[in-house]
Amino acid sequence: MATCLIVDDSRTVRSAARRIVEELSFEVEEAEHGAAALARCEARMPEAILLDWNMPVMNGIDFLRRLRAMSGGTQPRVIFCTTESEIDRVVEALEAGADEYVMKPFDRSIIESKFAQVGLL
Amino acid sequence: MTGLDTQILTTLLKERSGLSLTGDKQYLFESRLGPVARSHGFKSLGELTDALRRSPPPGLVRAVVEAMATHESLFFRDVKPFEELRSFIIPKLMEARAGTKTLRFWSAACSTGQEPYSLAMLLQDEPRLVGWRLQITATDLSTQAIERAAAGRFTHFEVQRGLPAKYLVKHFKRNGDDWEIAPALRQAITWKVFNLLDDPAPLGSFDVILCRNVLIYFDQETKRLVLERLARTLAKDGFLMLGSAETTIGITDRLRPVPEHHGIYVPT
Ligand SMILES: C[S@@+](CC[C@H](N)C(=O)[O-])C[C@H]1O[C@@H](n2cnc3c(N)ncnc32)[C@H](O)[C@@H]1O
Repeated sequence: MATCLIVDDSRTVRSAARRIVEELSFEVEEAEHGAAALARCEARMPEAILLDWNMPVMNGIDFLRRLRAMSGGTQPRVIFCTTESEIDRVVEALEAGADEYVMKPFDRSIIESKFAQVGLL
Repeated sequence: MTGLDTQILTTLLKERSGLSLTGDKQYLFESRLGPVARSHGFKSLGELTDALRRSPPPGLVRAVVEAMATHESLFFRDVKPFEELRSFIIPKLMEARAGTKTLRFWSAACSTGQEPYSLAMLLQDEPRLVGWRLQITATDLSTQAIERAAAGRFTHFEVQRGLPAKYLVKHFKRNGDDWEIAPALRQAITWKVFNLLDDPAPLGSFDVILCRNVLIYFDQETKRLVLERLARTLAKDGFLMLGSAETTIGITDRLRPVPEHHGIYVPT
């Protein structure tokens, strides 16, 4: 079973996302900020990451830049999932190496269609 | 609602739109026509069917037919068909049309526009098509759907279903809670109300017809009628694209599936 790491500082968002992602047949791991997520990725790289932008300790974009700089192994698909919905932000995320971008609020059909778009389904 | 009401509505739908509502789907009358009845001042669905039987006020029949249709759509629906367009259909047609450098596309049940807009974005992204004349005609039975499509305004949820973020960035602008597609794309498409039960000859001939996720609502005989007319408006070396649950097999031999390219059909 493929693994998806959900990175978000809100427990509510994590559990809402977890329900959807588990229904898509992923094993779910959680992290509450970028630094924790980075540690997880160093231990074992997931196939997919659902990534919030604004978080304490290390935000999503900093995490993503470090992740993409990591060498060796296959890189996961990264889907931003954030309240940031300015075009400039989407561009910034794509340039930093995001595969897709979800603007909150999200629902099952959005997550499912984004997973399909990046080839995870 | 009485059995007679149900029968009247079923017949009306079948005649006006081809929509075939079988027994297990008839609960949809209640949920979808309730609001139509209220907005036209009827107290019940019974009253509404009564009016339909006598001399229905203008617009009522249309409103009933539009309310009963499923308009669900998303950008780049099913992903794969658009890959097929890019990697299989367009290269083949570019070879065949090198002389005229003109390609004509028809999105034949375009609903609120996600399908023809996906096509337009895909074509615009294709460097080999620079200098070509690309015509997209998009039609639907529903006036409301066509008006929304032509306005090119989509909700927060709609722009996130199937639309790659790189296209959102490239072609859309935020407007309040909604997103607006670039005027250039809206204007690249010719929008028309058109009923698939009518003769499409006046629309001209097409190199590619997308008729996706609408035949599923028709009965066998209506499917055959529509498919054979589509076959006639398709260029001899053109392509028909159907939805993932639709086929020509067992319905007509004027079209045949292309082996190894699911959902793509060519005239025989
Ligand atoms: C489920 S949508 C499909 C939209 C799009 N092709 C897709 O695959 O996402 C079906 C559309 O078919 C339209 N439709 C139903 N009967 C029709 C008819 N007889 N002629 C033209 N359009 C029809 C409906 O109005 C609706 O917008």
